[in-house]
Amino acid sequence: MRFRNLTIGQHIPGNSVVHRLDPRTKILGTTLLIVLLFAVDGFIGYALAALAIAAVVHLSELPWRYVLRGLRPLLVILLLTVGLNVFLTEGEVIFRLWFLTVTREGLVRGLMMGTRLVLLIMGTSMLTLTTSPIQLTDGIETLLGPFRRIGVPAHELAMMMTIALRFIPTLLEETEKIMKAQMARGADFQSGGLMQRAKNLIPLLVPLFVSAFRRADELAIAMEARGYRGGQGRTKFRELRFQRIDAVAMGLSIIFTVVVGILF
Amino acid sequence: METEALTDVSLEIEDGEFVGIIGPTGSGKSTLIQHFNGLLLPTSGKVWVDGVDLTAKGTQLRLIRQKVGMVFQYPEHQLFGETILEDVGFGPRNGGLPEAEVVERVRRALAYVGLDFEELKDQSPFELSGGQKRRVAIAGVLAMEPSVLILDEPTAGLDPKGREEILDEICTIHKERGITVILVSHSMEDVARLADRLIVMHRGRVALDGTPVEVFRQADTLKSLGLGLPQVTELMHELKAKGLAVNTDILTVEAAEEEIVRVMGGQR
Repeated sequence: MRFRNLTIGQHIPGNSVVHRLDPRTKILGTTLLIVLLFAVDGFIGYALAALAIAAVVHLSELPWRYVLRGLRPLLVILLLTVGLNVFLTEGEVIFRLWFLTVTREGLVRGLMMGTRLVLLIMGTSMLTLTTSPIQLTDGIETLLGPFRRIGVPAHELAMMMTIALRFIPTLLEETEKIMKAQMARGADFQSGGLMQRAKNLIPLLVPLFVSAFRRADELAIAMEARGYRGGQGRTKFRELRFQRIDAVAMGLSIIFTVVVGILF
Repeated sequence: METEALTDVSLEIEDGEFVGIIGPTGSGKSTLIQHFNGLLLPTSGKVWVDGVDLTAKGTQLRLIRQKVGMVFQYPEHQLFGETILEDVGFGPRNGGLPEAEVVERVRRALAYVGLDFEELKDQSPFELSGGQKRRVAIAGVLAMEPSVLILDEPTAGLDPKGREEILDEICTIHKERGITVILVSHSMEDVARLADRLIVMHRGRVALDGTPVEVFRQADTLKSLGLGLPQVTELMHELKAKGLAVNTDILTVEAAEEEIVRVMGGQR
């Protein structure tokens, strides 16, 4: 019904250079980009960062509209940020409109903030677009590995993410089934005011939670029955390996970040 | 990926019939029955219930769903009420009935599935045993007093005693209230014993449609569809192959016993 076409995450499979990079390279590269975007101050820096992102998008062979689509849900925040900065910064007044004053400083700051946000969203969505959720969790697990000594449960965190992702479609299917069953008993999920609608969800949510807990229980037993005992001594089917291309990408990112970050 | 779940299905089910729907997994049984109360609408073609076209614009599907009750697989997974009264009364309450009538209907519905209203009405449905939960869930559909009752594998996952009891209860409701029953099942024995008409689905089409005797005569067709015969019928076929002149149109153990006694010369 309505959930059939829902895609999980935004990953778009492909075989471009960007897709083939080690997830760790991509995670670190994205982190560098975020640092860079907060470090630079001035339009030349942003322009260079935008150029770098454009290069990555080009290399990923993804259509631009996928990359830009990530901006849509954040449009309100974007407009709010730009608006607040434009109208609320003190400085040299350019013009007044009723109670709103636009200053030169405000205009510059609003535009900078807007650019920064847009580039942040585009840069990070390149990571999720070109990396499958499984690769992403694998990458996070290995990157968190060194912190295990100070008590970060790297493997457990990654396993939780993997299981959560794995069960999203299952739970959606379950939701659809329960909805149908309750609709067969005359339930109405579409009409009524906000409160009424929230109340109407009870016959859907209660069975959904019950079944989620049941599933969790069964999964835990099934995992233990197959000898799962946490991350200790666990080997991997897909091992992450840095390739030469990762070294190149990593090197370029570091040089770019340092140079642009210091100069602009 | 789009696949056509049902193709060229043309069926007419009469008032008061007891229809069994069988077919291998993925043959379209569940999809088919969801068309009977408008949970799914056909992409092309029409569905009529009591003279009402479900595909027409403005059809009140909620009214149809009060008339065509549907018990899904593992219906106990849909229980949600704090009390059994609340849960079983959900359907009639959605139908806008006054509370006194709702309570009366819950009482009747629970009686049909062999449960005691006074004892259970204030209990939580989650405290019951598996078989009892299943009964309460079925009562939740019966409480709407539908004129058609559709059941998708109502005995799946129950022990033999529980299966027997639930099937008997369905049979009683069919006989006493005269409602139409549509039973989807994997068990040849169950449908052979209970239904007076069988519809065999295969790859989204109706492969066979007729009385159980007629359908189970087509043993070869059934086997080619990945389905079997009831065990007693299979036994009669084998006896015949071994040279015993028995009638193979036998669907129950009782009938088989009688037939064998008859052929052996009337002596037990």
